[in-house]
Amino acid sequence: MFESLSQRLTQTMQKLRGKGRLTEDSIRETLREVRIALLEADVALPVVQSFISQVRERALGQEVISSLQPGQALVKIVHDELVQIMGEENKVLDLKANPPVVVLLAGLQGSGKTTTTAKLAKHLKEQAKQKVMVVSCDVYRPAAIDQLKTLAEQVDVLFHPSSVADQPVTIAKQALDAARRQFADVLLVDTAGRLHIDADMMDEIRQLHTAVSPHETLFVVDSMTGQDAANTAQAFNEALPLTGVILTKTDGDARGGAALSVRQITGKPIKFVGTGEKTEALQPFHPERVASRILGMGDVLSLVEDVQKHVDKSKAEKLARKIKKGRGFDLEDFRSQLEQMQNMGGLSSLADKMPGMGELPEHVKNRVNDRQTVSMIAIINSMTPQERRFPDVIRGSRKKRIAAGSGTQIQDINRMLKQFSQMQRMMKKFGKGGMKGMMRKMASLKGQMPGGFS
Amino acid sequence: MFRIFRKKDKSSGELQDVQLRPVEQSGVDPLEKRLEDSRNTIGKRLKTLVGGHSDINEDLLDELETTLLTADVGVKASLAIMDNLRTAIDNGVIRDPQALLPAVQAELYELIEPCEQFLAVEPGHKPYVILMVGINGAGKTTTIGKLAQRFREEGLSVMLAAGDTFRAAAVEQLKSWGARNDVPVIAQGTGADSAAVIFDAIESAKARGTDVLIADTAGRLHTQSNLMDELKKIHRVMGRVDESAPHEVMLVVDAGTGTNALNQARHFNEAVNITGITITKLDGTARGGMLFAIASELGIPIRFIGVGEAAKDLRPFDAGTFINAILPLD
Repeated sequence: MFESLSQRLTQTMQKLRGKGRLTEDSIRETLREVRIALLEADVALPVVQSFISQVRERALGQEVISSLQPGQALVKIVHDELVQIMGEENKVLDLKANPPVVVLLAGLQGSGKTTTTAKLAKHLKEQAKQKVMVVSCDVYRPAAIDQLKTLAEQVDVLFHPSSVADQPVTIAKQALDAARRQFADVLLVDTAGRLHIDADMMDEIRQLHTAVSPHETLFVVDSMTGQDAANTAQAFNEALPLTGVILTKTDGDARGGAALSVRQITGKPIKFVGTGEKTEALQPFHPERVASRILGMGDVLSLVEDVQKHVDKSKAEKLARKIKKGRGFDLEDFRSQLEQMQNMGGLSSLADKMPGMGELPEHVKNRVNDRQTVSMIAIINSMTPQERRFPDVIRGSRKKRIAAGSGTQIQDINRMLKQFSQMQRMMKKFGKGGMKGMMRKMASLKGQMPGGFS
Repeated sequence: MFRIFRKKDKSSGELQDVQLRPVEQSGVDPLEKRLEDSRNTIGKRLKTLVGGHSDINEDLLDELETTLLTADVGVKASLAIMDNLRTAIDNGVIRDPQALLPAVQAELYELIEPCEQFLAVEPGHKPYVILMVGINGAGKTTTIGKLAQRFREEGLSVMLAAGDTFRAAAVEQLKSWGARNDVPVIAQGTGADSAAVIFDAIESAKARGTDVLIADTAGRLHTQSNLMDELKKIHRVMGRVDESAPHEVMLVVDAGTGTNALNQARHFNEAVNITGITITKLDGTARGGMLFAIASELGIPIRFIGVGEAAKDLRPFDAGTFINAILPLD
């Protein structure tokens, strides 16, 4: 989500890194560029203004001037201020209360409340092992209740049926009763989308809030929101005692300014981000990592977590043993590696979290193509077990058959085999030199590893 | 307080009609209210600034720039407009602060006026096929409901195709709109092939001699290439029943969207050649300035603005009114 902002800021900061001395002029110029980068990323203007003035105040102080590497020091200030805005660490949902713990979701129309309710239900059920009930208080949008019902069935949580003929407050109270009777740990209350300037509807949600006194009140906001994020966030924050924010549709190419705006204006932490169409696409939000990502320092922590979550350890160990023994790396192994890569969200999602990726030119980034991975897996699937174990036997007529079977061209097969043999060579070295040798090789490939902050 | 119309059986599976929001019952014109609000806030602030000075100063220019930026006009367009303004001031074309606001309005008008092209249903096509596309939550299905009612009131026969087979209960939502406007809805279950549903619908509309067919599609983020491919397929398949279909491909954009709206328009346009834009949810405080960026880069006609919940609140796009809501003159 933050790539573009990241790219802009990295470029700006790059100019500063090597500089031995900073003049007031060069600081002003840098801040002007930072201002434009933030505005282009849809950060709300009031937030940009306060951000810039904070940074300026610190930048002109002793901290930078007296520092040995003033450029580096300024980068650090921008980073600190970003972290400051985003909140420092991930805040999870607070479920420490008498069950059923009520969670209320509110937001504008089309921000993604109902989908998020289902995702959150699944998350709480699977990660926190809670017994979850959901209810919809949306009596205005046609089929909104049906939508939540279907989703509740999909993620297999309790659903409290409601009717469009009832008052939202009545529905919520009945649901709370039902949740008590059925010993649910958590009750998620989905509400109708509403405009923050619609006085009657804002009144209604206040009444809903009073009726069920939720332990968590979450503001659901579209990550593609522009300048208006400032107005809506403020209005919802004033109307309701919000406890957190959920940012949706972050899998698009929005530049994520809304995240900064909403966080700064409400002062409430962003707790989750929605990252895709499927019900499991909801992730806890880690502000400090995102700040690093914005400045192009990569998000290695998330990368490590992804790897831990998705890589099949036993498979990996098996492969490691095999290679240590000096036995060959074959197409079966290659396929299982490709598949694991897919499980982690594909190459582009990995590349996203690598340090320094923002500095790569656009055409290099475009070559990181997940579609190729899919077609490579298809090609290997169209081979016989013998071909997978001994790729050398793959010649003309076999290639033709494989191409027909996988819906690809002969050239694709050749390309795949070439990549495989490169990988095989790398694996051989890996077997000899171990991880260290591998890392050194990668570092020399990239030309530079980004320095962290000292 | 709540008027409930056509209340049906509560048992599931039955279509239920929904309650009216309080604002729909108030009888206030949302667009008028919207214009009133911008006059009161932005208009007043700018006027005091203009009135308070006899010459043009930086404060005033800054305030103008801020107004443009906070309306989502975007950095590029805003800076370009301000540059033009400064040149005009330097050349002595603009001397009086009173002339500043009209000058900016004129710039904005020039950008967007070519896109003021109303959607005309050509009677030569039966059915006249409209394909609705957009990202999740932009308001496609709601807009379809309002469009259907509008066409019905014009005396045209309408049919809807429930092409959103992905989102839970999207089909029911469209059916409910159909029932309310007495319009047939062609649908299969959730998970069906969207292209097939729409194909069937066009054939059926042809057979019945329906005037307008509006096809819904699932919301999709423009960055997801597989979903965009699906959309291309839908577009292709539609052409198989009727070579000229779809006659209108309408992109629905949420007014709250920031700079990302341009990306959306670019990607959808690449995939299925957008021929019209509808901007929804303009009744909030979002001012929809990103339309200027879309207009200047892609020049796609802007068809409607959505300013409220009721069907009559889908209004034909009018450049003058739209600009007045961003930068009020009077």
